[in-house]
Amino acid sequence: MMTMTTWQAVATIAAVSLGTMLTRFLPFALFPDSRRPPRTVTYLGGVLPHAMTGLLVVYALKDVSPFSGFHGVPEAVAILTIVLLHRWRHSMLVSVAGGTIMYMVLVQLVFV
Amino acid sequence: MALLRTAFRAALPPTLPIAAGFLFFGGSYGLLMHAKGFAIVYPLAMGYVIFAGSMEFVTVNLLLSAFDPWAAFLLAIMVNARHLFYGLSMLGKFRGLGWRKPYLIFTMIDETFAIDSSVHVPASVDRGWFMVFVSALCRSYWFGGIVLGWLAGGVLPFDTTGIEFVLAALFLSILLGQWDDDRNRRGAGGSRSRSAIADLADSAWPHAPALVGLLVPAACLMLFGPDRFMIPAMALMLAAFLILRSRLEDADGTDGVRNGEGR
Repeated sequence: MMTMTTWQAVATIAAVSLGTMLTRFLPFALFPDSRRPPRTVTYLGGVLPHAMTGLLVVYALKDVSPFSGFHGVPEAVAILTIVLLHRWRHSMLVSVAGGTIMYMVLVQLVFV
Repeated sequence: MALLRTAFRAALPPTLPIAAGFLFFGGSYGLLMHAKGFAIVYPLAMGYVIFAGSMEFVTVNLLLSAFDPWAAFLLAIMVNARHLFYGLSMLGKFRGLGWRKPYLIFTMIDETFAIDSSVHVPASVDRGWFMVFVSALCRSYWFGGIVLGWLAGGVLPFDTTGIEFVLAALFLSILLGQWDDDRNRRGAGGSRSRSAIADLADSAWPHAPALVGLLVPAACLMLFGPDRFMIPAMALMLAAFLILRSRLEDADGTDGVRNGEGR
């Protein structure tokens, strides 16, 4: 459950929206006449998208502790499920649905 | 009217595959928000003003943690940094569209970028309206998914404990898809060594961006803990990429722009 006040929630959403909109509108503000962007910018544009996905994976798993609770075993099993489903079907829908259902079954029925 | 109708008819077919994905992921997002006790106005408002799938999921976590709007702002910029590069490639296509231009920028995501930048629009179809309909259709699929998922959360006959794993599952499957894309990339590194270790290192180079994205944040997580690792991780990743630039630049170029999250 949310512990922040409604106004703090609104401010958080507004901050996320501002940051997101900055990424969308900045190029059009900086390069109104299709001026070529500097090479460093182009380079970071090539490498950042894949790196950010890795960061998001770590972020989504940040509260999993290998030293307490179930030592991250449900998460590890669900991750393995996703990797195997991915290699089998190469479908994001199948991988996400399969991994999430596996995790829900584990934490509701096995690791309780 | 005929102008709008032909543009809509051209825009609908390429967005249909996206409809399936958005109903599923928007539904998961609505379901997650319901499970975490949020009123339906929250996911809908977030969908409206953010409209970036990964960041909306991340914002659920932000709302459930301590109040820190500055970190939320920085995180949104880093997570959505790829938009900068979509924007750079759409500078020409969005030019001269009047009020439709800010709408197209406001609604730009991986999927609309993929369609707008790649689909061949017949000369009889107005390109500006075509892109407006692509955006509007993608948004309606996303909102539809949110509403269905949130409503389903109230009537589902089963326990939704563990649904929050959908976040990790989504990011991991995006990562796996990008990993396959990386493998198909050629020409990384210039080493001619024949040793097994050097071969292994060479085969890892195409994955360097993904590896930096996994290892740097993981190390920062261990050093700084789950509540304050994100900003040092992002700073160190930028530093790492600037240091590795000479090695990575030729291998990457602009094709990374195409391989966004794909929701």
